[in-house]
Amino acid sequence: MRKAFNQELLKIAEKVPQVFMILADIGYGEIEPFAAAFPDRFINCGVAEQNMTGVACGVAMEGNIAITYSIANFPTLRCLEQVRNDVCYHNANVKIVIIGGGVSYGELGISHHSTEDIAIMRALPNMVVLVPSDIVEARAATQVMMAYDGPVYYRCGYKGEPDLHGGKNIPDFRIGGSSLIRAGKAATVFFAGPIGINAAKAVDVLAAEGIQCRLVSLYSIKPIDKETIVRAAKETGGIVVLEEHNLQGGVGSAVAEVLMDEGCGNVPFKRLALPDVNVTRVGSQAWLRDQYGLGVADVVNAVREMVK
Amino acid sequence: MEDFQKKVCIDLARRIRLHCLRMVYNGKSGHIGSMLSTADIYPVLYTQVLNVDSAAPKKVDRDRFLLSKGHGGAALLACLSELGYFPLDWLNRYYCDDGKLSGHISHHVPGVEFSTGSLGHGLPVACGMALAAKQAGKTHRIFVLCSDGDLNEGSSWEAIMLAGQHHWDNLVMLVDYNRLQALGCSEDIINLDPLVPKLEMFGWRAVEADGHDFNSIEVALKNVPIEKGRPTAVIFRTVKGKGVSFMENEYKWHYGGLTEELLGKALKEVEEA
Repeated sequence: MRKAFNQELLKIAEKVPQVFMILADIGYGEIEPFAAAFPDRFINCGVAEQNMTGVACGVAMEGNIAITYSIANFPTLRCLEQVRNDVCYHNANVKIVIIGGGVSYGELGISHHSTEDIAIMRALPNMVVLVPSDIVEARAATQVMMAYDGPVYYRCGYKGEPDLHGGKNIPDFRIGGSSLIRAGKAATVFFAGPIGINAAKAVDVLAAEGIQCRLVSLYSIKPIDKETIVRAAKETGGIVVLEEHNLQGGVGSAVAEVLMDEGCGNVPFKRLALPDVNVTRVGSQAWLRDQYGLGVADVVNAVREMVK
Repeated sequence: MEDFQKKVCIDLARRIRLHCLRMVYNGKSGHIGSMLSTADIYPVLYTQVLNVDSAAPKKVDRDRFLLSKGHGGAALLACLSELGYFPLDWLNRYYCDDGKLSGHISHHVPGVEFSTGSLGHGLPVACGMALAAKQAGKTHRIFVLCSDGDLNEGSSWEAIMLAGQHHWDNLVMLVDYNRLQALGCSEDIINLDPLVPKLEMFGWRAVEADGHDFNSIEVALKNVPIEKGRPTAVIFRTVKGKGVSFMENEYKWHYGGLTEELLGKALKEVEEA
């Protein structure tokens, strides 16, 4: 997915001379083509994320589009005040891109797990939050992000994410939109990000049992597609939200807020997220997902419980 | 500096100090000491150095001025107001309900380039502006006014390292070096001395000047960059609370509020200076 982002960005930068890439010594193996093509629009600030974010803000305030790009929490939590005071308060055209959302870097430990980022980024005024789930969405999200004038947080996966869209482009991909992947009425499974593969597998297992679920990728967490969420509450038998993020304040919370605000509080509802603990067990992303309640079986069981 | 220019600076500095005292008293706010230490720098900066225009605050080729020590922003606001960026009566409602001017500097006010308040934010953003100007082949300069406390922040040093590395000679850091910070003497908290050689070792060209002597300020700022290929730092030796005898060099006036009696005493001193 990170490769798709970088390829898409490079294509845009060839056409748009205002695109700058501002790094903090991360991006090996991916950012070199941009650096080679646009050396005057590329800067490595060294291992200094606060400065990276401030520099990006200054560059953007001069009429440019500045990308900060790093692993997990480095361009968000490490420099959160710069993101809030400099980027968001000035509504600067800065795009904050992380590689390795959730527990993509599972074995590296909690310093490299981005598991509270959605809650924190969506709490910031002026910030748009995008969480693409596969290569198709990663490319489309890059395009809409770069066309948008203002701060965007882009939570990228890492590599090898399975295709959820059959390689087909998504019509009407937009900030504030969502993507319908399977139609159904028994229940709706919402997800955001590459964890969607477990939701898709679960929906297929359920379909084989005769339980036809709606499957929707909420690639835009802020603004969120309220209409689709409300329709799911009214048209299907319940809502399950799967996310690779702490239970507090993430995608499930964002969906719950819509349901309550829009008078849909009675719909059966279940959040599947990382429990509110530090992920201390050591393992791969796939293994950790299973250990912490985000596996295919967890989704299947949640839906079965809801529709029985 | 010509005599008439000096007179303009003396008058403007006096009015800035008087405004600050009244603003802090009316708003029941603090940071008066941090305002007064900068009150002589702004007149020279805004009347002799910066290419800016109050009638066109966003003109493209303007020099950028960022105040990194945003807590002392009332002095800048007073200066901008005196120069016509916004009406003087806005100052009366500083730090007040529904006023236009907050306790820390905000870009929602005409003439204010960037909002600050938390320290260590000005230099990184100024670096970004310097990079963008260089890339676009523009010749305007980026000035940023920092404080001792501001230079405690790691982010300031991240920016100092980067600016030296990239030879951004369109970047000018001014330091209000009053040697006091919120809880005491900078020397006892984080001793920045010797600052000039420190900055020089980071690739900057640094000089000292007397931050309360208009000629000294003008000489330091008139011909920046001092050296082509290096960012410039001007360390202004200043006195916290300058112009009001009972505030000078007293760190309690970082936060301290004014009573009516003390306000009267302070105004009288400034008016008669």
